[in-house]
Amino acid sequence: MKARTRVLIGGALVVGTVGYLMASGIKDTGVYFLTPSELAGRVTADPSFYNVGVKMGARVVHGSIQRDVASQTISFKVTDGTQNYPVVYRGLAPDTFTDDVDVVVEGRLMPDGTFHATTLLAKCGSKYESVPKA
Amino acid sequence: MTTLGQISLWLALLVAAWGTVTGVLGAKRGRPELIQSARRATYALLGLLAVAAASLIVALVRHDFNVAYVAEKTSRNLPTVYTIAAFYSGQEGSLLFWAFVLSIFAAAAQWLTPRRYEPLMPHVAAVTSAITGFFVAVMVFAANPFTRLPFTPADGSGMNPQLQNPGMVIHPPMLYLGYISIAIPFAFAVAALISRRLDTGWLHAIRRWTLLSWTFLSIGITLGMWWAYVELGWGGYWAWDPVENASFLPWLTMTAFLHSVMIQEKRGMLKKWNMTLITLSFMLSVFGTFITRSGIISSVHSFAESNVGYFFLGFLILTAALVGWLLWSRLPELKTEAALESALSREASFYFNNLVLVGIAFSVFWGTMFPILSEAVRGQKITVGPPFFNLVNIPLGLLLLALTGIGPLIAWRKASARNLQRQFLVPAGAMLVMAAFLLAIRYSDFYAGVAASLAAFVVATIVQEFWRGTTARHRLHGENYVLAFARLVGRNRRRYGGYVVHLGIVTYFVAFSGLAFKREMEASLKPGQSTSMRSPYGHTYTFTHVGVSQYERLNRFVTAASVEVSRDGKPLGVMSAEKRQYVDSFNRPQFNPSTEAAIRSDMREDLYVVFAGSVAGTEEAVYKFTINPLVWWVWYGGVILVLGGIIVMWPGTGPTKASLRRALPGYAVTLASGTGDDA
Repeated sequence: MKARTRVLIGGALVVGTVGYLMASGIKDTGVYFLTPSELAGRVTADPSFYNVGVKMGARVVHGSIQRDVASQTISFKVTDGTQNYPVVYRGLAPDTFTDDVDVVVEGRLMPDGTFHATTLLAKCGSKYESVPKA
Repeated sequence: MTTLGQISLWLALLVAAWGTVTGVLGAKRGRPELIQSARRATYALLGLLAVAAASLIVALVRHDFNVAYVAEKTSRNLPTVYTIAAFYSGQEGSLLFWAFVLSIFAAAAQWLTPRRYEPLMPHVAAVTSAITGFFVAVMVFAANPFTRLPFTPADGSGMNPQLQNPGMVIHPPMLYLGYISIAIPFAFAVAALISRRLDTGWLHAIRRWTLLSWTFLSIGITLGMWWAYVELGWGGYWAWDPVENASFLPWLTMTAFLHSVMIQEKRGMLKKWNMTLITLSFMLSVFGTFITRSGIISSVHSFAESNVGYFFLGFLILTAALVGWLLWSRLPELKTEAALESALSREASFYFNNLVLVGIAFSVFWGTMFPILSEAVRGQKITVGPPFFNLVNIPLGLLLLALTGIGPLIAWRKASARNLQRQFLVPAGAMLVMAAFLLAIRYSDFYAGVAASLAAFVVATIVQEFWRGTTARHRLHGENYVLAFARLVGRNRRRYGGYVVHLGIVTYFVAFSGLAFKREMEASLKPGQSTSMRSPYGHTYTFTHVGVSQYERLNRFVTAASVEVSRDGKPLGVMSAEKRQYVDSFNRPQFNPSTEAAIRSDMREDLYVVFAGSVAGTEEAVYKFTINPLVWWVWYGGVILVLGGIIVMWPGTGPTKASLRRALPGYAVTLASGTGDDA
């Protein structure tokens, strides 16, 4: 019985560690995933929501992409049909990033209404559906 | 040809239903003609699906653009190898691939399984037929690869350039072979449950299958990392992307299963757990296929685009319910035969290993599904990314690494102080020496340091085992060391092959710890200008921009930017990174431009150069330079791991087979009586 108890305590420790790591992981690294309209609703309700790290999923407005290669800055507008936001991103855009694609940008909405993105993910166009990868 | 394919699919659906019914009924009523019919249904499925697969390949190779799948996935100027690979690059084709490969495995299982497991086989045929039938039904009712268009386009839309890579030709099939072959051990598990033959017989029957699927999964995942690394151009090989995670999940539960079956074989413990693990592995492999194909998680689109997702969801729920009910009704027969005797024992260490592996799997699943779960429960979509997965999995992974060293050496039942001292004195010493060395050179990353120290520990346990085994043979049989070593491995393939697999895992861990020292830099350079960067080893790399050139290749326009690279002033040569614009046979651009990184690899570090674009059409180029330490070891860890897997699976004439032959009457008795224990 003693061995069994010891092992169960050990097991509880492992399970507890997994649970603790997961809970703290979600608390520390989880971010809201919002559409532009939802984000607009949030900041109207509570202005302290500016400058909070969020992810925003939206579509790139056709013809809005401006690339400044020298400074590696990309500015574009995103929309979900009702709400638009200008986005500024510094870095290399993925190959799939182009007009009218769905993007997920991670970053902060500034009080001036521009979204400063630190990561930019672009979904593949519907033309080649889900890309089997990894 | 597609008509033939269509007919084959419909016939396959009927035959699969027939095989399922006759398999179960035949075994239940003991009707040999039905059992025979179920077995023949398995072979018939193979024939029918082979015809369907051949039809699709012929349509692809003939550029029959009237077939929607061919028009969507390929074009006239696509190299033939990718045209054939298009078979499994899209949803419909990959479903056919799944069903076809499963029918090969199912037929092989019927053909190759020794006669002594005969009583399990009708149920195995029923289960594999049912699974094959499911995939055929999805094709026939929701995603038919042979659907025709109302018109014939002049050319197809071509293949996504990111898929036009040699790694992409072999990576998906390898991964699929892993996913699909899990269905065979799963079928044996269900067969054991239905037939109530719950001794270790079914575990012996699937030993090789389990390891085979595990090895395929490992190869598939590693190739996927390699593909992501050379093709996606972001400078890494693992991003905790949902699709990557989906392939990792069954790997984790299969790894747990491979270990916990040893406990059941030796001690008759963990029976329910093993049933649960193999079912979970099978469900996760189906889930992996589903997640890759439905885009339910990664896509911002809803999953309404295709109703294939509902088929999979229904199938998973049905599987869980069926196995759950079978387990529940067989609980008394799945009682453990032995009690745990000590917390310091092989059993306990494997139990911890299983907990950690399943814990990692659970956290990865949770993190992957969290956006959906949080939206369903709290109405808010919250996502977690790589920081979450790293935070949770690095400590758990290191715990697992420690257990990799402890598990194989600790005694069964109860480890004595003497056993612990004999086995772990030297490895613990090796770990301390490594830790002291790392402290002395002021190794800057805590986790990387722990990983390296534990790696020293595990490698020392493995070397010690090989050393002891070899010298013992040398002493006892007077063999020279080379012969003694070869015979040692050859005659205990499961054990020493297992150590080689562990060595591969350690290699992966060491390679992963290199990620802590990754360096990145972006620079905009005019021809002749240079920039330099210090590597984690203290070398200075200098990159001098040579120029930008443009040329045409087979099915693409290429813009290449070249840099001369030197290390500490010594020239290393020129690296050319490309931007490619793929075009169709009328030279119209297809897809977005794609990035082709230039990579220079050696054992210590990789230089990874990406050409981001040229400034306003001049020859001034923007580069991203990445120094990635130890990436080389990821690929070689994979090679070592596969080598170990092959050693374990190698069919041979050693004493293993002889002992099995001796055991044969015993198994026959076991199976006939259904109560024996051959542990």
